[in-house]
Amino acid sequence: MQDLTPHILELIRLTSTSLPADVERTLLSAQEKEEDGSVAQNVMQSILENVTIARETSTSICQDTGTPIFFVRYPGSYSTKKLISIIRSAVAEATEKLYLRPNAVNSLTGKNSGNNLGENYFPVIHFQEIEGERLTIDLLLKGGGCENVGRQYSLPDSHLNAFRDLEGVRKVALDAVFQAQGQGCAPGFLGIAIGGDRGTSYLASKEVFLEDLSSHHPDPIIAALEKLITKEANKLQIGPMGLGGRSTILGTKIIGLHRLPASCFVSISYMCWAFRRHRISITGEKVEFN
Amino acid sequence: MPVSISIPISNESIRALHVGDSVLLNGIIVTGRDAAHKWLFDRFIKKTVEPSLKDKEVYKALKDLLPGSLIYHCGPVVSGLDTEDYKFVSAGPTTSIRQESYQGEIISYFNLKGIIGKGGMGEKTLKSCIQTPAVYFHAVGGAAALIAKSVKRVLGVYKLEFGMPEAIWVIQVEDFPVVVTMDSFGKSFHEKVLENSRLMLDRLIN
Repeated sequence: MQDLTPHILELIRLTSTSLPADVERTLLSAQEKEEDGSVAQNVMQSILENVTIARETSTSICQDTGTPIFFVRYPGSYSTKKLISIIRSAVAEATEKLYLRPNAVNSLTGKNSGNNLGENYFPVIHFQEIEGERLTIDLLLKGGGCENVGRQYSLPDSHLNAFRDLEGVRKVALDAVFQAQGQGCAPGFLGIAIGGDRGTSYLASKEVFLEDLSSHHPDPIIAALEKLITKEANKLQIGPMGLGGRSTILGTKIIGLHRLPASCFVSISYMCWAFRRHRISITGEKVEFN
Repeated sequence: MPVSISIPISNESIRALHVGDSVLLNGIIVTGRDAAHKWLFDRFIKKTVEPSLKDKEVYKALKDLLPGSLIYHCGPVVSGLDTEDYKFVSAGPTTSIRQESYQGEIISYFNLKGIIGKGGMGEKTLKSCIQTPAVYFHAVGGAAALIAKSVKRVLGVYKLEFGMPEAIWVIQVEDFPVVVTMDSFGKSFHEKVLENSRLMLDRLIN
């Protein structure tokens, strides 16, 4: 196996400093929709200017470089043990190069490890063995501000009058956007998982962020719900950074998971406007980023 | 057009500011977030923890720096940690509301003229803004590379043992762009957005 560390390092640099094209396009169109001369439009302008500076100077888009979450799909010929060690050393090196802020804090002592390495869960690495020869690693950098406003509901929720149906999902999703206000760095994106246990539900709600923003759920009823939630969330007029305006949520993705008869969780992950994700694909000597 | 304000800021300048005003900040400010607020609060305001000798030295320095100045809710990316030739690389605001339990008392205790952060703060802070007086300046969250350009010099650092993001950095800023979203007359822009969105939420889900 070739030494993948420099490639993973580049994946981290790219993700921290350069927004994916679909996200940037979406932010640009949000800026165009805001009223001329409004605070909302000024905020969107600063956001876009910042995105350009970060890319040009190769500095992190946001100082909170977040939790590094890796999704690894690997052919059987790879060793996950080796991949873990490569990813961890690339993360430490990326921290030294300031592509990542030292973000791993020991919860018991309060001490920052200084290199973004904690125990097994920091950085987060998910593995899935696949057929074929191609190794694909997706990286999400999810900041603390937007992670803090994620919410998990259990349907039915009598407080919100939300029952165990899609209408209930719509209600809790709008409540989550309301509760978040500008704290999650709006305009944001919603990843919603219906079902699962508490853990898998949250995990799936983040995994949907790997898909292109233009895609929708294959079931037209769920696709329609995704669009409806986005549309109604924008009626809340929370706006960019919570300072009022037309763009609060720029996209919603929903995934359904099997659940226990007793439980129906709706897990909502909020991704800030600094929606940092990139992918590396490796087949033999061929390395591709997107 | 934004108004330019020099730090230290006078009470008169603070009273002249209203929600919605765009401001360019110039002068020396101090970063502080979760760990710094709790540390200050426990040792010097509530006095539930006995400060060490080292803590007292930092406190003394802050006692000189903070009156008339601002605390910036920020956990920056800083270069030069090995050479101590510090430079802010990436420095947007962090969510302010987490400091709500401490902020009001810290503002009045140190006679701060305000806070820079994102997302706004609550009633206790607003009350302290009226009394002290002080204001809440909103910076664009995530606009880290952009804001880092306003940080001209890093003058020093305290409590680096909290880690790079949580340390107390003393910085000189030039034309740091912010908007007043909570003023010294009890007005909060965040309160307005919250109330409007609450009314709309009720319509959408009931």
